[in-house]
Amino acid sequence: MYNFEFVRPTTIADAVAALGHEGAQALGGGQTLLPTMKQRLASPEKLVSLTGIAEMQGVCISDDGHLCIGGATPHAVVAREAAKHYPALAGLASHIGDPAVRNRGTIGGSLANNDPSACYPSAALGSGAVIVTNTRRIAADDYFQGMFTTALQDGEIITEVRFPVPEKASYQKFEQPASRFALVGVFVAKYADGVRVAVTGASEEGVFRWSEAEAALSKSFTADALNGLTVPADGMIGDLHGSKEYRAHLVGVMTKRAVAAAA
Amino acid sequence: MPKDHGIGASPKRREDLRFLTGNGNYTDDINLYGQTYVHFLRSDVAHGRLNKVDTAAAAAMPGVVRIFTGADFAGVGGLPCGWQVTDKHGQPMQEPGHPVLAQGKVRHVGDPIAAIVAETYEQARDAAEAIVLDIEELPAVIDMKAAVKDGAPKVHDELTSNLCYDWGFVEENKAAVDEAFKSAAHVTTLELVNNRLVANPMEPRVAVGDYNRSTDESTLYTTSQNPHVIRLLMGAFVLGIPEHKLRVVAPDVGGGFGTKIFHYAEEAFCTFAARQLKRPVKWTSTRSEAFMSDAHGRDHVTKIELALDKDNNFTALRTETYANMGAYLSTFAPSVPTWLHGTLMAGNYRTPLIYVNVKAVFTNTVPVDAYRGAGRPEATYQLERVIDKAARELGVDPIKLRRQNFITQFPYATPVAVEYDTGDYVATMDKLEQIADLSGFAARRKASEAKGKLRGLGVNCYIEACGIAPSNLVGQLGARAGLYESATVRVNATGSISVMTGSHSHGQGHETAFPQVIAEMLGIDESMIEIVHGDTAKGPMGMGTYGSRSLAVGGSAMVRATEKIINKAKKIAAHLMEASDADIEVKDGKFHVAGTDKSVAWGDVTLAAYVPHNYPLEDIEPGLEETAFYDPSNFTYPSGAYCCEVEVDPDTGRVTIERFSAADDFGNIINPMIVSGQVHGGIGQGIGQALLEGCVYDDNGQLLTGSYMDYAMPRASDVPFYTVDHSCVTPCTHNPLGVKGCGEAGAIGSPPAVVNAVIDALHSAGKTHVTHIDMPLSPNRVWAAMNA
Ligand SMILES: Cc1cc2nc3c(=O)[nH]c(=O)nc-3n(C[C@H](O)[C@H](O)[C@H](O)COP(=O)(O)OP(=O)(O)OC[C@H]3O[C@@H](n4cnc5c(N)ncnc54)[C@H](O)[C@@H]3O)c2cc1C
Repeated sequence: MYNFEFVRPTTIADAVAALGHEGAQALGGGQTLLPTMKQRLASPEKLVSLTGIAEMQGVCISDDGHLCIGGATPHAVVAREAAKHYPALAGLASHIGDPAVRNRGTIGGSLANNDPSACYPSAALGSGAVIVTNTRRIAADDYFQGMFTTALQDGEIITEVRFPVPEKASYQKFEQPASRFALVGVFVAKYADGVRVAVTGASEEGVFRWSEAEAALSKSFTADALNGLTVPADGMIGDLHGSKEYRAHLVGVMTKRAVAAAA
Repeated sequence: MPKDHGIGASPKRREDLRFLTGNGNYTDDINLYGQTYVHFLRSDVAHGRLNKVDTAAAAAMPGVVRIFTGADFAGVGGLPCGWQVTDKHGQPMQEPGHPVLAQGKVRHVGDPIAAIVAETYEQARDAAEAIVLDIEELPAVIDMKAAVKDGAPKVHDELTSNLCYDWGFVEENKAAVDEAFKSAAHVTTLELVNNRLVANPMEPRVAVGDYNRSTDESTLYTTSQNPHVIRLLMGAFVLGIPEHKLRVVAPDVGGGFGTKIFHYAEEAFCTFAARQLKRPVKWTSTRSEAFMSDAHGRDHVTKIELALDKDNNFTALRTETYANMGAYLSTFAPSVPTWLHGTLMAGNYRTPLIYVNVKAVFTNTVPVDAYRGAGRPEATYQLERVIDKAARELGVDPIKLRRQNFITQFPYATPVAVEYDTGDYVATMDKLEQIADLSGFAARRKASEAKGKLRGLGVNCYIEACGIAPSNLVGQLGARAGLYESATVRVNATGSISVMTGSHSHGQGHETAFPQVIAEMLGIDESMIEIVHGDTAKGPMGMGTYGSRSLAVGGSAMVRATEKIINKAKKIAAHLMEASDADIEVKDGKFHVAGTDKSVAWGDVTLAAYVPHNYPLEDIEPGLEETAFYDPSNFTYPSGAYCCEVEVDPDTGRVTIERFSAADDFGNIINPMIVSGQVHGGIGQGIGQALLEGCVYDDNGQLLTGSYMDYAMPRASDVPFYTVDHSCVTPCTHNPLGVKGCGEAGAIGSPPAVVNAVIDALHSAGKTHVTHIDMPLSPNRVWAAMNA
């Protein structure tokens, strides 16, 4: 690890100001950033910790019924506090990594990083969540822009994530055997106006919506409605742990399981 | 009632208090005054000509003490290989040099090029980035069969090819074996890969070199399973430091699994540099470094053929194996695919004719050497897989086929040069059928199928050769070391005992189990006995711990030394009681005159030995301390039968282990709890190999599985609650404790059971085209096989 400066502001405004300096970078739970720094693959001059900002912590229900999660809320808190409002989301959070990862890692860090195998992106996209930053609100459909790429600008921080709460939902994660990230993860959420299906882990383009499945499930929210539907292997990730064909196959299997679990 | 002390009792492990409370004293806990830190700049290409290493800018960086390169080791020996294999033409293996720091070429990703010694570790790393390398990348050889083709790039330019040796065993039997295949009623053939593994002990390797210029003594603190062996190899062959000026300490070691047997470049470097710099030099491996510098395990590609007669008796066995040596010969590498593998190919069966061919190959990968089981898992896996395949082809019950071919008469001389002293394979199989509840399997399969899962059951047997072993024999086989063990039993004046053993505990529990033996022999409390190990300054020359040898060989040395103590103590007791020493008996911590009520306590005898006022000084010396070296007359042959039940998710190919049962014959048992723990751990590693672990290089020699993001280690949730039994006991006939060794059995005996079970599950669903899947049986591989 190279030397760096460290600040831990208590307001969003101070954090944004600190991030205005050349070479400054936001630090959430550090579960992705710190290992990268230890391997000397990242060398921020200044880390701006977001964990001391009270308004970026915790889970609540807004007046319009959205589940609102502070951008620096650790996964373990989401697992606990979102359980009665949005069990599928809480379940997702409770299966990220191990207890240490869940106690440190944050929803904002996960969404900002947009790892193609991460879990939260599928929940945000699958729920049609709104990513709230210090400057604007970004619809999930506009936010994810491919592997490790998002709509965030330099120095922009995720302060909150607002999830419309569905009637039914489920996240089904098929673990990559080594990392236990998602080899394929599917988030299915049924709303009054239709069903959303978001797939993580599988595509070279990062998290994506499976629109054919959404259309079929919006007509009939049953696993059988998915019969005959497949995603093409082309464009899927192929690596040591799963070929393109295998991932494409798992998308179908996990989607069915998610529907069965939610229904 | 189970015993509460002595042999056969299961006292809790006394070492666990310090291990579980973070109070162990590991090598990385050792920090010396004035210590410097070394970082190794390692090759990031698999194969290249090292044209220039420019350290000028780096040497001027803050905190840099000195930078060493291969040139600094020009006058220093290379890392020695401890075993020479003779090929099938009677020629010695090709044995390339193994420099401490790369000279002329780099030969694998991770090969150390320069060592930067600095005041802090971070400064050393900073400076490493300022070193300018001129490496001309050369084509890498990764695939073993490609490596031995004509015209393949050579890993070592000075060798004639990448073939280390082509070994035939037993070469004289080859023609007869080939003949038997011609007349066989049935031949089953199987090609398989025994996947390359990275041992991944929880504690990475660490070395601290120290030098005292006023006494000219060097000390190396290191994560080793055998500090005396390191002292001999490093002192005599690399650095030229005589034993009395070189101390090697291996304090608490957090797991070895074989990979901490070997003498490594970093150990030699830290010792060497401390002498040059007159300051301590410390190296702590990162986990990433461990993946590219710890010796790997397994990595065999095998074709095995089994011939049977019309009554399904095994008539002959023939194998051809390519064994990966990696880029250099690690300390015991040549022995693993040969003498630790070929000699076990008879398994538990009466196969009269066996021929084993092994081609050891150099590739641009990390050296490969012994890993838990070392050769024996590779032998067991191929044998037990081909038997299962034969049973399927013949339509016979795989257990019945095994039973029919079991060796039942002991001692049994195999056609592959070893003699099993004892065993009862029928008994362990009977026990297995009972503890695994085979009769309930059909119902369990139905229940699984009702959930949409496939259920399979796999069984295998294993035999292993442990307690490695007679020095004169291994010497003939090419070992360049003896394989005895030593113990000094030091009885103190008040009766407490320190035992200096050459065995080394890196998790096995010697500190608990060894005292149980002496407590039993003397009838005193275990708490009076302390085990001292891991320091060449404290105990006699010892060969260390691997090959499940500690109790069988080290424990035997301790018994011999204790017998000498008892003999002497009897003389003292006889003198104190004015009796004849022939009449003295030891019981419950007292010396009794047989047939009388006269006795003298252990403590009175020991005190007399050190305060010899009333003492037979004309006959015996004062003091009570004895040393014994024990060299066994044979290997020991633990054996057993294992059963695994799996569920396979037909939609995803994911395998889960539902039940696992192990019936082992380890001979006599000292501490049943520790034995169970060893078996549990071994099975966990075997399941890891079967389902999860696999070290993979790409065609350019880049390590694709260089971290836990891609190298899948087994976790608690991957393994079931095991049913283990070691009540089948045929004591070893040639060591004083009748013990056989249990450390590797689990890792040897479990992979074939897992794979056999998965194949069984697939066949139950009509997927009979799947006759084999290579390990690790990842979900993707199982799914792909099912849908091929
Ligand atoms: C062993 C292990 C297992 C894991 N398993 C899983 C898993 O199964 N599923 C899964 O989804 N994830 C997994 N993770 C990742 C984990 O969820 C991390 O928490 C997450 O990827 C990053 O969150 P963080 O808060 O730690 O971010 P950090 O590491 O602190 O930061 C990551 C990136 O996000 C930026 N950032 C952080 N917070 C914000 C913010 N509020 N606004 C804008 N930018 C920000 C940082 O500048 C940095 O670029 C695992 C991690 C580990 C170490």
